[in-house]
Amino acid sequence: MTEATVPHRYHPTTGTGGSRPLRVVVFLCTWCSFSAADKAGTKRLPVPAELSVIRVACSGRVEPTLVLEAFRQGADGVMVMGCHPGDCHYQSGNLQAQCRAVLLDRLLPQLGIDAARFRFHYVASTEADRYHHLTTEFVQSLYEFDTGAS
Amino acid sequence: MTVSRPAMAIYWTGSCGGCEVAFLNLDEALLGIGRDWELSFCPCLLDTKRADLEAMADGSIAVTLLNGCLRSGENLEMARLLRLKSRLLVAFGSCADGGGVPALANEASAAQLLSRICDTAADAVPGQRGDDGTFSPELPAPSPLLPRVHAVAELVDVDYVIPGCPPEPDRLLDAIRTLGMSPLPPRGTVLGCTSRSVCDDCPREKRNHRPQRLVRSCAIIPEEGWCLLEQGIACMGMATRGGCGALCPTVHAPCTGCYGTLDPDAVPVAASLSALSAAVLPDIPHPADDRTVRELYRAALSAVADPLGTLCRYDGARNLAGGTGQSGADRG
Ligand code: SF4
Ligand code: SF4
Ligand code: SF4
Repeated sequence: MTEATVPHRYHPTTGTGGSRPLRVVVFLCTWCSFSAADKAGTKRLPVPAELSVIRVACSGRVEPTLVLEAFRQGADGVMVMGCHPGDCHYQSGNLQAQCRAVLLDRLLPQLGIDAARFRFHYVASTEADRYHHLTTEFVQSLYEFDTGAS
Repeated sequence: MTVSRPAMAIYWTGSCGGCEVAFLNLDEALLGIGRDWELSFCPCLLDTKRADLEAMADGSIAVTLLNGCLRSGENLEMARLLRLKSRLLVAFGSCADGGGVPALANEASAAQLLSRICDTAADAVPGQRGDDGTFSPELPAPSPLLPRVHAVAELVDVDYVIPGCPPEPDRLLDAIRTLGMSPLPPRGTVLGCTSRSVCDDCPREKRNHRPQRLVRSCAIIPEEGWCLLEQGIACMGMATRGGCGALCPTVHAPCTGCYGTLDPDAVPVAASLSALSAAVLPDIPHPADDRTVRELYRAALSAVADPLGTLCRYDGARNLAGGTGQSGADRG
């Protein structure tokens, strides 16, 4: 991963680039988005080192408690990814996940957390590029956010 | 003649007084309580002052029912003092248990709240500001506000909880009897409620239907006998501890969750968020892209005007309590 792809990236050895390393928790459904992340690795597409990936059976498995607990424990951002509508291995887990995300978007500011720190996306198992772009762009936006550049 | 009875105290911190009213609503059962307990400190009902409490020996009160959240420095001092004087301290009512309605103020900082009350709101009344522009409120100067509203157990050791806003008198009576018996239940037990949800006691029928969208409760007249949530009204019964006998849905009002979050391991607001999300299903065309699905859900949930107040009206102090991380930087 080059500085060009993530300009604000904190450099772990020199301590330059950002104020500190960010911590971003990413919940990936095993059937689609985890598979996309895996393919991104095979295709040698860079993904940010700041991600802590948690593989779950379904995006519908990601209880909002897990998202809020991640923030409570200091995560700078949280992403949840699931299969596209119609592709859910369990029929509608991804729809419930979307429903929760829509409510969370409005709830987070009430809890004092900027909604820009949370993202929900649909990523198919073939979409390694999309995974690369979404994660890179999210981490970059969090660094800009952190330095007040946004 | 002196008959030695265990001493009981009832005190209010950041409270509306409704919990004391619930105690008075015990009606004739109060006579039995008077027989079994000596009410030694209760500024709402007796002429007892802080100095009287200070004069008591440490641990001399058997049970203190403390209602109200901790909002001011004085609230915290009194909670600590009562803890010192009491062998058992009970968080009595939703405000003490989870911050209650006052904890909704945690959306704003203490400074924002004061400026809203002392500047914005007071300016609506002519003549409140002096010529030099400073505001001299007639309000009694409160002790400094804590940065946010706390549930009692966050700052003081609590032995038991009696939930409800206010607790139902019958449940309160059960709880007081339990506190007078030996052996006592394990420390930390939530008294005066069941381990099942409000839905479990609710007379309304579930028909396994998911509404396409939620509606404001004032917008429809719900059908008799049918679950309010299935009719699109955001009823929080399924995420709420039972104990009240499903008072509100029985009279057509949605449960707002006053008995507190049923799942003890969940972040309170998250438990009800999941429950509500599982209940709504808009008509989603196939195929549909990301944005279409999001917009359909936005529309389906637009009746939830205030997510925090709908999902977590009474447990707000516990939502992100104890957070130390960077996300706290955003928090007002
Ligand atoms: S729990 Fe309800 S009744 Fe009791 S003090 Fe709080 S607001 Fe009032
Ligand atoms: S959701 Fe509300 S109306 Fe429906 S069964 Fe539960 S308590 Fe009753
Ligand atoms: S139905 Fe809900 S809001 Fe009403 S008294 Fe019972 S727990 Fe409280």
